[in-house]
Amino acid sequence: MSSSVRELLDVPLVELSEALEKKRISSAEVTAAALDRIERTDGSLGAFLKVTPERALAQAAAADQRAARGERLGRLDGVPIAIKDIFVTKGIETTAGSRILAGFVPPYDATVVERLDGAGAVMLGKLNMDEFAMGSSNENSAFRMCHNPWDLARTPGGSSGGSAAAVAARQVFGALGTDTGGSIREPASFCGVVGIKPTYGRVSRYGVIAFASSLDQVGPLARTVGDAAALLQAIAGRDERDMTSSARPVDDYGASLEAGTRGLTIGVPREWLEAGIEAGVASRMREALAAYERMGARIVEVSLPHTRYGIAAYYIIAPAEASSNLARYDGVRYGLRQRGCPGLAEMYGETRREGFGAEPKRRIMLGTYALSAGYYDAYYLRAQKVRTLLRRDFDRAFEHCDVLAGPVSPTVAFRLGEKVSDPLTMYLADVFTVTCNLAALPGLSVPCGLDPDGMPVGLQLIGRPFDEGTLFRVARALEREQGPLPGPGGIAP
Amino acid sequence: MQLSLDEVRRIAVLARLQLSPDEERVFQGQLSSILDYVDELSELDVSGVEPMTHALAVEELPGLRDDRVRPSLPPEAALANAPERQGTCFKVPRIIE
Repeated sequence: MSSSVRELLDVPLVELSEALEKKRISSAEVTAAALDRIERTDGSLGAFLKVTPERALAQAAAADQRAARGERLGRLDGVPIAIKDIFVTKGIETTAGSRILAGFVPPYDATVVERLDGAGAVMLGKLNMDEFAMGSSNENSAFRMCHNPWDLARTPGGSSGGSAAAVAARQVFGALGTDTGGSIREPASFCGVVGIKPTYGRVSRYGVIAFASSLDQVGPLARTVGDAAALLQAIAGRDERDMTSSARPVDDYGASLEAGTRGLTIGVPREWLEAGIEAGVASRMREALAAYERMGARIVEVSLPHTRYGIAAYYIIAPAEASSNLARYDGVRYGLRQRGCPGLAEMYGETRREGFGAEPKRRIMLGTYALSAGYYDAYYLRAQKVRTLLRRDFDRAFEHCDVLAGPVSPTVAFRLGEKVSDPLTMYLADVFTVTCNLAALPGLSVPCGLDPDGMPVGLQLIGRPFDEGTLFRVARALEREQGPLPGPGGIAP
Repeated sequence: MQLSLDEVRRIAVLARLQLSPDEERVFQGQLSSILDYVDELSELDVSGVEPMTHALAVEELPGLRDDRVRPSLPPEAALANAPERQGTCFKVPRIIE
């Protein structure tokens, strides 16, 4: 393979797309290079649960034929990507990182898979994740450990850890993840890539294995803001198979991408700065805000007074909805069944004992308790009321600013094994990300530099409902000002 | 708040989860500390606050689609992942003696 092909794995998605358009390279070449890189690096990285080379090469050949006829389907045509193993894929095993779904071969495609297919994207495989998207470190994957490409001893974040690691390690040009309480933004921040959780309802959840249905949302992870915008453009919009998908027209994200931040007001929630942020994260944060000021934005302090209740509300609502969603794994229609049980109740109990890992069990137990007779008002109903208060906080803040800025996580990527024995400590790290899901707002993580140990730090931007365009615009301004991060040093170049 | 082992067992029955004695003890401790933590919501006065029962404003949603007959999953595809089947049915352990 020529060195120019290897270098091509380093360029952003939109630049690769131009090269494909101008036939400077074929999709077959770049797909083969990406598959080769996965082959060489994924043994130590662990980003993939399944690689699908035959399918990828066939899709690449089809993309090249379209390009030869001058019939490219758009910017994603022929571009190698991969998706979190939470999206059902017709004919390709889909596990959501759980033993209870090992061997499950879905009979249909998720809407977002259909849309990427329809846009000509080349799918390289299914990416590692925390079991049923429950986790912030990818350590809850039932199948294999996933590592951070900046430092293999550290977590890539979770639950979309495989998505962030694969993008950062130049195995793919973009990936899809899901975000229920930070599962796109936190791994994006830990791995130094861009990730966006769109407004609830912006992207169809049809065919997305459900965790907490009122919080789950699909979004892209990519190496640049423009790449993430191109991917979201392809998957966003109404789908009549998901009744919570919005009919609102999708903005043209490219139109305002380079508009800069002059004249915009950026709000910094006072409560976010009070909450024990690591020094290396706090100083990158201050520098990013100073950069925005230099670029003509106005920085104002705002208040989200109920922030400190976010984690408590989240860890009632998400497990409650999960306990209901995961009731479907009963050993009857698909997935694991424990054999030799005397009756139906024993079969259910044994199948679920064998199939679920510790985290889904913990959340099923917590959610079942919160929804059980006598406790519903004290837990779930009260948490739903707190959710209203959190949304009102954001609505009031957006009377004074166009976008909110702050940390994604109080720390950079922590070490594998460091928090695994203490679930509550792990949950508390979600303090800056969960409120965005509870309020159904769009949130984005953009790299804003490295900490003193050389680990990436992410800046979180939160916008008004359906204002993803402003998030991309504000993130792009910082990206342009700072230039690209160096490549991650933890794996072979 | 401290959950008793009996409460842990009662929840496990409701959740159709067969737990080992070890798991019961671990969950007893972990669930108790998580419930302690989430109890901070009881500090808040939520009287008169409506619960957020939908993540999206009603006007965002186009409503229900037309109710018309359209193709759905063929039986063979729907049964393809069945752990056990008989004809076009999912087979389960006997329920009625």
